[in-house]
Amino acid sequence: MKFDKTLDCYGLSCPMPLYKASNEMKNMKQGEVLELISTDEGIKEDMPAWCRTTGNEYLGMEEEADVIKVYVRKKKQEE
Amino acid sequence: MSKKATIIVFSSDLDKVLAAFNIALGAASAQMQVTMFFTFWGLNVIRKKKSGVSKKDFTRKAFGIINKGGENRLKLSRFNMGGVGAGLIKRLMDRLKMPRLKEMISMTNDMGVKFIACTTTMELMGIDKEAMLPEVKGFAGVATYIDEASQSEINLFI
Repeated sequence: MKFDKTLDCYGLSCPMPLYKASNEMKNMKQGEVLELISTDEGIKEDMPAWCRTTGNEYLGMEEEADVIKVYVRKKKQEE
Repeated sequence: MSKKATIIVFSSDLDKVLAAFNIALGAASAQMQVTMFFTFWGLNVIRKKKSGVSKKDFTRKAFGIINKGGENRLKLSRFNMGGVGAGLIKRLMDRLKMPRLKEMISMTNDMGVKFIACTTTMELMGIDKEAMLPEVKGFAGVATYIDEASQSEINLFI
């Protein structure tokens, strides 16, 4: 999947990946895609949930060896 | 307008307080406006370690000697074993790259989480404003909590 920024959250547990994603998103433009690399099994459910709460668009995930890569597009309308 | 979450921190058990800050950080990361109310034992979480003893009267002075503040003094609700358990959990958290409570306080503060100390229990326990961490910006009572909580989608008592 194509992305604009990548965020390495290897070895981090909840809620740190989402905390980092939230901060990273602040520096991104609307419509840009963030790749988040995680080892937390919970991220598979948490990222779609976080997107539902924040209004960002969940694009999907890819599992590779021991890591989970999730993709999120920054929402168009930021207040 | 963004959604709101309100958390009352009543306990000073390390495990419960960690859970409270975890939820606060998660909610703040989801762009929610978070308010944490600290009351009773929870006040110790946001007190400076050397916060002094109240000079108000004998009872509160004596109480101040045994009821000490500071996030690093908190005990586990189970298996504390005179601090050994708490120490083991902290070491394990470090190994798993989980933030310590102290870091969680500064992270949530940086994310704009509002810390409010309950003035009634501060009075009861003889804790002054000066004894609180600089992150604590609000000092209020139950009406403020009711106002915040009634506008909140999430409301917890820990």
